[in-house]
Amino acid sequence: MTGTGNIVARLPFPVAARKELADTQLRANLRRATHTIRDKRLRVVGEVPDWEELRVAGAAIKDDVLARLPELLERFEAAATAAGATVHWARDAAEACTVVTDLVRRSGATEVVKVKSMATQEIGLNEALEAAGIEAVETDLAELIVQLAGDTPSHILVPAIHYNRTQIRDIFDRNGLLSDRARTDDPPALAEAARRHLRAKFLSAKVGISGANFAVADSGTLVVVESEGNGRMCLTLPETLISVVGIEKIVPTFRDLEVFLQLLPRSSTGERMNPYTSLWTGVTPGDGPQTVHIVLVDNGRTDTLADEVGRQALRCIRCSACLNVCPVYERVGGHAYGSVYPGPIGAILSPQMSGGGANRTLPYASTLCGACFDACPVRINIPEVLVHLRQIGKHPPAERAAMRALSWTMRDRRRYAAALRLARRSAAPVRWLAGDRIRHLPWPLSAWTRFRDAPLPAPESFRDWWTRAHG
Amino acid sequence: MPRGYRTGGGDGDLVEVLVDRLVDYKANVRRCAADELGATVAELLSGDSAVVVPAGAPQAWLSAYQGKILRDGEPRPLAVAELDAPGVAVLTGCAVAIAQTGTLILDAGPDQGRRALTLVPDHHVCVVHSGQIAAGVPEALGRLADPTRPLTLVSGPSATSDIELNRVEGVHGPRRLDVIVVL
Ligand code: SF4
Repeated sequence: MTGTGNIVARLPFPVAARKELADTQLRANLRRATHTIRDKRLRVVGEVPDWEELRVAGAAIKDDVLARLPELLERFEAAATAAGATVHWARDAAEACTVVTDLVRRSGATEVVKVKSMATQEIGLNEALEAAGIEAVETDLAELIVQLAGDTPSHILVPAIHYNRTQIRDIFDRNGLLSDRARTDDPPALAEAARRHLRAKFLSAKVGISGANFAVADSGTLVVVESEGNGRMCLTLPETLISVVGIEKIVPTFRDLEVFLQLLPRSSTGERMNPYTSLWTGVTPGDGPQTVHIVLVDNGRTDTLADEVGRQALRCIRCSACLNVCPVYERVGGHAYGSVYPGPIGAILSPQMSGGGANRTLPYASTLCGACFDACPVRINIPEVLVHLRQIGKHPPAERAAMRALSWTMRDRRRYAAALRLARRSAAPVRWLAGDRIRHLPWPLSAWTRFRDAPLPAPESFRDWWTRAHG
Repeated sequence: MPRGYRTGGGDGDLVEVLVDRLVDYKANVRRCAADELGATVAELLSGDSAVVVPAGAPQAWLSAYQGKILRDGEPRPLAVAELDAPGVAVLTGCAVAIAQTGTLILDAGPDQGRRALTLVPDHHVCVVHSGQIAAGVPEALGRLADPTRPLTLVSGPSATSDIELNRVEGVHGPRRLDVIVVL
């Protein structure tokens, strides 16, 4: 089944990236975020002596799941049903949205509280609910910021990383979250404003909507991993809970969680453990929602499963470690990828889940440096899949033209030297103005520098110096 | 399935490791002997006018507490508004604690109660007996009596890093987490 909804990029990557690259604030924020998180990640991964064994086990468990997915899904359905949940199946985004919308309608609610979830973003649930007259309130602080701004997330883990505190204060102010005395941009004060705003929603909500990080086939258990407690609120206080779950989230047994609950937090936020993890199995009398629905979503996952090289993308546990080490992501940010799945994983997942259109440009959004493979807790060989997808897909024309120009310049030593000399000469006045980094090299090297801050060429090239000194 | 990773033991003094990790997460930790528990609880709750406790919390935990005690389910389950009232804290035990990650696992056992109790009040005091501490995640999950009960894993107070990556404690869950390790 081919995926639909927000998995499909509207613009080809090079076109979308051009716009994001012009945003220097975004580039600075992203750089700071990705470096901070990846340093933390390295520290806490370093303290686990069996990290490699955990990665190997994580990859093997997920491969086993992919090899017998239909059987495990049926087992999950049986167990969850026995525990009091109702399981629904959806082939694509539209079907999933219809199922959820109908369930909310039947509950009579006109407002639902949501936990941040990639799956609901993927199927475009908020838009579908809105069209049905139901307001979906995002309760994760970053998602709330993005929602109030009328924007889309730019990072899986820190969706509002492209805003700074002053911008967040203004967004809150415009939406009436700040009282007159509290017009500060101090992060604790802003968090407090969000807490007050959302607590009222939690305490009155009849329906909560979540995703799930893992779904245990044997027991029918769902797992949500989070930091703020908004997840716990949505999973605990409403009468009805609807969880939208991608079919690849299955793990066979409860025991398998011992692997993923170690791999995920350390890879994701660089913490030994995230502040809150919730596990629930169907309905528990007297504790939490008494009506529990689970919507299992395909939306292009079985298509992806059909490709022997590419299917490893379905091992992904959405930790975002690959984003934080990716030199391309660091410069363009999440929006440039168009689809809900950004960065290296997005570059292989989105085109597989939804083959056509602008998604075809995504496998080229990479330098193939391999950092994503090293960072991935479930050992997805992202570069291998990228190369594979480039081979089986058609080359986008812009990429072809750029590579041809570059190879024309590089093939001839004289042409290359002349291009560099030209760059050096035109850089001289710039150096005085801009310090040691320049924005634009003359053609044909402009193809390289249009969106990269290149170091200034040395005033004299090594080759020129050698000729002069040793002539 | 290749399971070459650690599944138990190791890592020296479990109490020391747990305390180190909890403190790193901005939880406040107190160690005490069994006969000092009542006094320690009373001291930690001294700023709260009322405390919520699950039906099965031992009487001895609150022997020295002066404020109002609200027992869930006696005679009826507490309303969310009661849990949300200002100055209300919650006192529970836990099922297992994980030393290596600084995590408390609540499994809705008699001294932990339903999930809303430890979620809505702003201050959570949790009693951990040293025998409940497991070294790592695999050992801890293996110790749970019934994994299909609602489970909440707590590692430090509620936190967010969404505003310019500044860690802020407590957006939605309890902002203050006190852990008492009973030696
Ligand atoms: S591909 Fe790997 S590193 Fe990237 S988000 Fe998924 S699990 Fe994490």
